Amino acid sequence: MKILVAIKQVPDTATQVKVGADGKAIDTAGITWIVSPYDEYAVEEALRIKEKRGQGEVVAVSLGPDRVKEAIRSCLAMGCDRAIHLNDPAWNDADTLTTAKALAAVIKQEAPQLVLCGRQAIDDDMGAVTAQLAELLGWPCAYWIMEETVDADGKSVRAARQAEGGLEVFDLPLPAILAAQKGLNEPRYPTLKGIMGAKKKEIKDVKAGDLGLGAEPPQLAVIGLEALPPRPPGRVIQGDVPAAVKELVRALREDAKAI
Amino acid sequence: MELDLTDEQRMIQAMAREFAETAIRPIAVEIDREARFPHETVKRMGALGLMGIMVPERWGGSGADTVAYVVAVEEIAKACGSHAVIMSVNNSLYCDPLLTYGTDAQRERFLVPVAAGQANGCFALTESQAGSDARNQATLATRDGDSYVLNGKKQFISTGREASFALVFGQTDRAKAHHGISAFVVEKGAPGFGVSKTEDKLGIRASDTAELVFEDCRVPAASRLGEEGMGFTIAMGTIDGGRIGIAAQAVGLAAGAYERAVAYARERKSFGVPIGQHQMVQWMLADMATAIDGARLLTLRAATLKDAGKPFGVAAAMAKLFAAETAMKATTDAIQVHGGYGYIREYEVERYFRDAKITQIYEGTSQIQKLVIAREVLGRTAGRSA
Ligand SMILES: Cc1cc2nc3c(=O)[nH]c(=O)nc-3n(C[C@H](O)[C@H](O)[C@H](O)COP(=O)(O)OP(=O)(O)OC[C@H]3O[C@@H](n4cnc5c(N)ncnc54)[C@H](O)[C@@H]3O)c2cc1C
Repeated sequence: MKILVAIKQVPDTATQVKVGADGKAIDTAGITWIVSPYDEYAVEEALRIKEKRGQGEVVAVSLGPDRVKEAIRSCLAMGCDRAIHLNDPAWNDADTLTTAKALAAVIKQEAPQLVLCGRQAIDDDMGAVTAQLAELLGWPCAYWIMEETVDADGKSVRAARQAEGGLEVFDLPLPAILAAQKGLNEPRYPTLKGIMGAKKKEIKDVKAGDLGLGAEPPQLAVIGLEALPPRPPGRVIQGDVPAAVKELVRALREDAKAI
Repeated sequence: MELDLTDEQRMIQAMAREFAETAIRPIAVEIDREARFPHETVKRMGALGLMGIMVPERWGGSGADTVAYVVAVEEIAKACGSHAVIMSVNNSLYCDPLLTYGTDAQRERFLVPVAAGQANGCFALTESQAGSDARNQATLATRDGDSYVLNGKKQFISTGREASFALVFGQTDRAKAHHGISAFVVEKGAPGFGVSKTEDKLGIRASDTAELVFEDCRVPAASRLGEEGMGFTIAMGTIDGGRIGIAAQAVGLAAGAYERAVAYARERKSFGVPIGQHQMVQWMLADMATAIDGARLLTLRAATLKDAGKPFGVAAAMAKLFAAETAMKATTDAIQVHGGYGYIREYEVERYFRDAKITQIYEGTSQIQKLVIAREVLGRTAGRSA
């Protein structure tokens, strides 16, 4: 069974994000880049499916500039068999729909039985590409997956997604798209052997033209970015306990309107 | 000189850092307090390939280089000095000599399981009267037909209790003094081989330090590493490599304490400002940052020389000396930055301080490193004092 995992390179979760000089993008100087954590769940799950079935291929795909190679290589080090890098200046300002179109074109070429994504990338938290991809391909799709089992003959997948108070279970005919939620699995660390072997694996560079895609104006324009206003300082209520509690209740009710 | 890590080295560093943060740091306090060998994490380190980093895949290892080893040990030591020494002993003091001096049959039997992380190895050179003066071996290995009979005691052996394989040094020919020392691999459970005690220590408390006893312990001649009389050369060559690992451990301990000191200096206030704004605190942090970088560079240089197949003994001695002294100074100052809280267990910097001390002692004390360096500075004969 061939499984394709779409991954995105994002700033490390510990990054102090700063708005860039043009006011429309973040300042990327000094940022440490990582594979978006939800995408790591997707990679892990793909590898587990392959290991459980004892055969198959896991292909990692990512769209972005040269630096994305590093994220791709960590997926190869985890165990993906090969990778495709959608790397073209034409995609510099790609919005989610442009990204989804590029991914859909690759998926048509590769014809995997299953596509795994993260439920959203932790940079802009749009969480839109998976759904757009499913729509473009006309494939069934389930988001926020906590469990999945592909049936023995690889014809369908049973997926359980997180819903309020429980799990919602679906049977999806393959090919299908699943988006991973935290809790689906515990991603493995790449082993040293995996890391040392990653360089020998293929990373195919693909340009928009290779997929028959031209430059399209993005459907989404960023007007501007604004830094969050600094959080106002907390307030310590002084005084003896009964009076302080009274004041706390009053403040919660009247100032914060929280109760 | 190349100062950038390769992609592989960087990925290994990142993996080791994440593993140290998520798997080791949470247990570091407990294993130190209980003096408990962390089987659970050491096994995982084995599966990740961290216990046989420089051993080729053919012999169960990861096929990476000494630079990768150094950056990985540093990351592990940042979280826990005990894990770092367990790792360093296995990689440098056991796998390295087995790979360098072992026959294919010996590698198959004694190296593959240890490099693959399924079992641990230890290195047993020191005796009560043979520490810095390691030549003064009293353990006897008497040839008897197809085997040797070992009698003697080894002291302060890291991982001695937990290891499945011990690389043991003993006299096969007393008359030849240290030219009569030979090396043997002894398996745990061999009749006549036992662990008589483990030490209660100041630091690296989760790494067991054991006394090994050999009483008419019969070892097949096929388990002798190298030729008869090569033991001392094997031991010294092995320790040269080991010093790079201990230097990396020292850098990691210094860096771990330093990171905590920086965080604390930003947070803690006195006289209305964060203590990091007091010039004397800045002074300590600046000195730490500079010395740690210097120690790291010396360590990387020694590793690079070893990878290039060039002589690295003196570079390793310099790295180990400077890194160990840096670790002691930086962990002392990290406590100072924390004030009274630094002296309290809960704040953990005191553990780095306790762990750091051993780096000035094992695999050659700081004084012995200076001897090695001075000998090079003055020329081999002139530097030999006695
Ligand atoms: C926790 C721990 C783990 C260890 N792990 C191992 C291990 O795995 N395998 C192993 O074989 N050994 C191990 N050792 C032993 C360690 O390597 C020795 O303790 C060390 O080499 C010092 O030897 P010593 O203790 O006999 O001290 P001594 O040699 O007695 O030294 C005492 C003091 O005299 C100084 N001194 C000695 N000779 C000279 C000289 N010529 N010039 C100047 N100063 C000198 C020393 O620097 C030191 O300050 C370990 C020790 C400890 C404490």
